Amino acid sequence: MADSSVTSPAFPGASGHAGHDAGKRDFLKLVTAAGAAIGVGAIAWPLIDSMNPSADVLALSSVEVDLTPVVEGQGITVVWRGKPIFVRHRTPAEIKEAQDVKMSDLIEPQPDSARVKAGHDQWIVLIGICTHLGCIPLGNKPTDPRGEWGGWFCPCHGSQYDTSGRVRHGPAPLNLNVPPYAFMSDTRVKIG
Amino acid sequence: MMRVSVRHTLRTAALACALGAVALAAPARAQEAPVPPKQNWSFNGPFGAFDMASVQRGFAVYQNVCSNCHSMNLLHYRDLAGIGLTPEQIKAVAASFTVPLGLDDQGQPIEGPALPSSQFRAPFPNEKAARAAMGGALPPDLSLIFNAREYHGDYIYALLTGYADPPADMKMQAGMHYNKYFPGHQIAMPQPLHGGDVSFPGNAPNTLDAEAHDVVNFLAWASNPEMTTRKQIGVRVVLFLALMTGLTYAVKRQIWSDAH
Amino acid sequence: MAGLHKSEFTNPVIRWVDTRMPVFTMMQKEYGSFPTPRNFNYFWNFGALAMVNLMIMIITGIFLAMNYAPNTAMAFDSVQRIMRDVNYGWLLRYVHQNGASMFFIVVYIHIFRGLYYGSYKYPRELLWMIGVVLLILMMATAFMGYVLPWGQMSYWGATVITNLFSAFPIVGDPIVTWLWGGFSVDNPTLNRFFSLHYLLPFVLVGVTFLHVVALHITGSNNPLGIDVKSPQDTLPFHPYYTIKDSVGICVYLMVFAALVFFAPNFLGDPNNFIPANPLQTPADIVPEWYFLPFYAILRSVPNKLGGVCMMFGSLLVLFVLPWLDTSKVRSARFRPLYRPFIFVLVVSVVILGMVGAHRPEGIWVVLGRVCTAYYFLHFLVLLPIIGKFERPLPLPESISKPVLGGGGGPLPAGAAAKPMEKA
Repeated sequence: MADSSVTSPAFPGASGHAGHDAGKRDFLKLVTAAGAAIGVGAIAWPLIDSMNPSADVLALSSVEVDLTPVVEGQGITVVWRGKPIFVRHRTPAEIKEAQDVKMSDLIEPQPDSARVKAGHDQWIVLIGICTHLGCIPLGNKPTDPRGEWGGWFCPCHGSQYDTSGRVRHGPAPLNLNVPPYAFMSDTRVKIG
Repeated sequence: MMRVSVRHTLRTAALACALGAVALAAPARAQEAPVPPKQNWSFNGPFGAFDMASVQRGFAVYQNVCSNCHSMNLLHYRDLAGIGLTPEQIKAVAASFTVPLGLDDQGQPIEGPALPSSQFRAPFPNEKAARAAMGGALPPDLSLIFNAREYHGDYIYALLTGYADPPADMKMQAGMHYNKYFPGHQIAMPQPLHGGDVSFPGNAPNTLDAEAHDVVNFLAWASNPEMTTRKQIGVRVVLFLALMTGLTYAVKRQIWSDAH
Repeated sequence: MAGLHKSEFTNPVIRWVDTRMPVFTMMQKEYGSFPTPRNFNYFWNFGALAMVNLMIMIITGIFLAMNYAPNTAMAFDSVQRIMRDVNYGWLLRYVHQNGASMFFIVVYIHIFRGLYYGSYKYPRELLWMIGVVLLILMMATAFMGYVLPWGQMSYWGATVITNLFSAFPIVGDPIVTWLWGGFSVDNPTLNRFFSLHYLLPFVLVGVTFLHVVALHITGSNNPLGIDVKSPQDTLPFHPYYTIKDSVGICVYLMVFAALVFFAPNFLGDPNNFIPANPLQTPADIVPEWYFLPFYAILRSVPNKLGGVCMMFGSLLVLFVLPWLDTSKVRSARFRPLYRPFIFVLVVSVVILGMVGAHRPEGIWVVLGRVCTAYYFLHFLVLLPIIGKFERPLPLPESISKPVLGGGGGPLPAGAAAKPMEKA
């Protein structure tokens, strides 16, 4: 029957009334079925959204770190949103090494200046999660291997990062991410 | 006929039972505690909403008076966004309280200004400390007090304004205070509000009546912070369902028209 | 082809699946063309509504469980975190909380329908008994769910109800200790109640399936209570009853929404907003409204064991109802003598509910005893006797006669077996 194709899927069995008002009838069914679909969608959203971060989780989305105890050459790990954040106090030699590297040598070219805050060159703040498959690279403790480029070394698949946290040796495809942060004073930083 | 008479008797008995039972059930039980008088709250009814200015004044009353003894452990300073405070105001309010902030690097407990994510500062570290300081009585947490009392706001308002001298024939226990609406009439809490306890911005009235009214509004919000959103969504949902009922009924009529 | 089901569907994908696993044929048979008495009134919506309600409870429950902590130290606060911090958590929680009440409203009306129209009689005795199993499972689920928020009523409700078992001599106390997993209602109790509260709804789904299987063997009863005699007496379930159920679902959802959005705590108890305190019993402890009649029966008997037995007996008597009612006529419409008594039963159950909500003193004690007595009298004495003495009104010849005005006219084209290939 010609009009059966426009019949709403919810009421297929009721399709195909012959007569002058068949179009009006099918339109009513279409509107009703559309309304039901909207209703189901509106019910689904609260269920889905309930799995998104809740207000108490979002409220803890920033941490403040006191940098005073971190001496040159040392790194600390703090927790932000349940992730490890590497904060390293770089030596002048490390800073120079990070700044002088040729862009063409990098897997993901990015100057050091784009990864630190101006005037705070000695501090590098990174999300300590390998961009390959999410392991935590070694290199923040004095006893850890730091890899060939003096930064971080991921024990899972051997990715290596330099003192700016840029990937220098695969399989990781990207540099370590820099979290949003700001210096509140020379010795205090707010992450998030 | 015998059968008819039995049937008649049974039917009469059934009706008598039904009527009798209804009549007996009618008288209501006498209440022991007086029923608090009904107040006119802005949040009553399906379209009722909080009077946010009053809720904010109520928060000031809580902060200055109630919070000396009563905790509100389910609330965080960040929740005050719900009564219309800006993030800066919330930060300032939070920072004015000193709260425990966990452990320092040496493992010692530290204190500091509260963050927006901190719970409301509790007056006592735990229940035992509260009882010890309060002569054995525990000031209840106020987070859900509005929902947790029968007659809700009417009761809290009546309680706050219901202090009086005990009747001559009533023997009060030591340290107890007479209140018209507290069950048993003897309450450990001395009259908390007298009028003029807090001065509000914009010269809003701070009589006992006004303060009690404001603090009830605040406590009503604290128990049901989702209420405004809930009712707004509710109106839309009910309207949508009414429309769907109409549509579905029309389709039903149409489908059934060929079955009659 | 050997080993393949012969499918009537033309859509190639549906056909491919259906020939290997004839679920579409089954759905078409049971919910598409299924011959259904044409004279249902809106009371026949409540089975479908109960099914919808069960789905709503399971879905909201799964999402609530993602945020709930079944531990006495955290349960109360975790529920409040759902209410305050989880996105739409208040909606999930209020739907689940009021969904329990809606479920009982729907199921009690469904049961009344069965009682009034004699749906428990031959050949639907097993269908009815499976229904009683569903009711008992549902009550157990609701009871354990009410314990989870770990408020004062949760705690004391759990204490009082589990203590019922201590009424049994010798085995009573060991059973109670076993139920608790300790010497009072405590963390082990809360943990197992959560586990079972999550499990039982799926058992309900399984038993509901059996309920429907049994229904589709005997076919539905109808307001006249007479058997289907010819195809003229029936209509295919789809679209006639799918759309009629949809109307009912819309109205039901409207009532549900009004409760959830405008009076979510109307049926709750203020005391459950106070965290559980094992050292202080609230002044008035009452169960949720849907248990009040049974609670009243329990309290109406002055003897502890007697009360417990009567309370369980009030449910168990429903199992043998098909054999207590001696009348062959199903629908109360044609039973002039029985009809008033079914209303007396409803009134006494309502009064029992009121009795359960009040302290057992004064008039309420008397009312409780009278109505308890009537409840058992109705099933155990009146039903067998009335069936013997009653002279039923003449039954209609067939379902289609009164509906079609005696003509028994032809069916609408294709109404009897409209295929559903487009599904």
